[in-house]
Amino acid sequence: MTGSRLAKRPRIRTAPLLGPCVLALFLWMVVPLAMTLWFSLERYNLLSMGKAAFAGLENYRYLLTGRTLWVAMGNTLLLVGLVLLVTLVFGTLFAVLLDRDFPGRNICRLFVVAPFFVMPTVSALIWKNMLMNPVFGVFAFLTRSLGLGVFDFFARAPLLSITAIVAWEWTPFAVLILLPALQSLDKDQRDAARLDGAGPIALFYHIELPHLLRPMAVVAMIEMIFFLSLFAEIYVTTGGGPGLASTNLAYLIFRDALFDWDVGSASAGGMLAIVLANVVALFLMRAVGRSLEDVR
Amino acid sequence: MTGGWKMRLALTLAGWTIALAMFSPILWMFLTSFKTEIAAVRTPPAIFFRPTLENYAAVLQRADYVQFALNSVAVSLGSTLLAMALAIPAAYSMAFFPTRHTRDILLWMLSTKMLPAVGVLVPIYLLWRDFGLLDTRLGLILIDSLGVLPIVVWMLFSFFREVPPEILEASRMDGATQTDELIHILLPLSMPGIAATALLAIILCWNEAFWSLNLTTVNAATLTAFTASFASPEGLFWAKLSAASTLATVPILIFGWISQRQLVRGLSFGAVK
Repeated sequence: MTGSRLAKRPRIRTAPLLGPCVLALFLWMVVPLAMTLWFSLERYNLLSMGKAAFAGLENYRYLLTGRTLWVAMGNTLLLVGLVLLVTLVFGTLFAVLLDRDFPGRNICRLFVVAPFFVMPTVSALIWKNMLMNPVFGVFAFLTRSLGLGVFDFFARAPLLSITAIVAWEWTPFAVLILLPALQSLDKDQRDAARLDGAGPIALFYHIELPHLLRPMAVVAMIEMIFFLSLFAEIYVTTGGGPGLASTNLAYLIFRDALFDWDVGSASAGGMLAIVLANVVALFLMRAVGRSLEDVR
Repeated sequence: MTGGWKMRLALTLAGWTIALAMFSPILWMFLTSFKTEIAAVRTPPAIFFRPTLENYAAVLQRADYVQFALNSVAVSLGSTLLAMALAIPAAYSMAFFPTRHTRDILLWMLSTKMLPAVGVLVPIYLLWRDFGLLDTRLGLILIDSLGVLPIVVWMLFSFFREVPPEILEASRMDGATQTDELIHILLPLSMPGIAATALLAIILCWNEAFWSLNLTTVNAATLTAFTASFASPEGLFWAKLSAASTLATVPILIFGWISQRQLVRGLSFGAVK
């Protein structure tokens, strides 16, 4: 395969074709990254008088010794982990179910993937106002009619409520990736297993699940990248509260930067977010790199 | 088939249950948009009611709604166009003239997507402030197009690689220049792929929330930012919120349904075909 497909192509100057794109991405990535690193070493608040001054690692020391960062870090990891678990479990179940043949299957598929295309602010507001509101919400009505009383979701379990919203938005993503993966599974293999007397559960466990592991890893890694900077859902529902109960790293940095105008501290937080993302990214890059093996 | 009709009935019930469960919040928003404000907050929640279009009328009459919608259209189309303009030549070059570095460049482009937006919020905010780009459509277009650029390059690259190079070769023999080859041969051939890529870029930019919430206030605010303004607890305008949200959601939902197949490829960076 390698290269043979293009063996006879003349060599051309690729710089004018590639250059603008590479340059744009370089400016977008490297310049702001360098600035974040630089600001994180400065004592720099937009509200205070005077120029920024070099502060060494003071911002980091302040962040790392305080409680806020660790709470936010814990919330970030908890949120990422929980949503990941829910979306993968339900995504797999839904994909397996929607892969089977039943009347109306195609309409059901459209319904299941729909939440992924709703803008995050709208999703969060539907859930916050119309479903989870303790007075007028549908959930409150249901629990009240069952005689269970009312649960104030965002006051009592803010992080779990946000988890529910994000899981609703992203389970369709898992289905979008896992369903085609299932459909690409060799039909003969499944028929053979059925003929050998494998029930639906054995079929799932021994044939479908092993086939889904790689796409599941891809889903997990892509979702992680997005969930590490989860923002809009928190912004419109809890505002990070009560207290710090639903503040994640992204929200903490936003608050430091655009409420307290503390550029130094927000930048140090930003660097920590970047480090965290890079650890995750390393795994993803390795998985994706494999799909490029036949390029040259 | 093994299992028989009982199995089939169970499957049908399970399938429709999850489908309706997942879709019901969207359906509820849709229903609420046709209620009066009073009916919208009534308990028990009304399923049957006399539908009204007054919310849509009220939303569309608000001058600012129209501006937010126009901003969304301008920003998502502008960002998509800019990203495509940068990405098409780059993907063409990498798909048909790969070098030793092509693999590294592709992975590096992907890695820029790994950078959490919040990590560069501060410098981007300050740079945009200094260049006068805060709360302008251009400012948002620049940042959104950079955000989708890696995905767009990857998707186009994977579509272009499906075009047999011999076809381009033949046109080269007839004396076509490289630009002719790209514009007159490759683009028409890979139109479905290009359209799918553009649709995905439009969807992502339309729904983008982080930068529109942080870099715009009034003039360039998009529908994501507008709907977020309903988060304040001052008034219970659920019916109007639902009408505005339905208008903002429906076109993108249709785009998404149309392109879901190709979309998978772009969103997984080719790791799942």
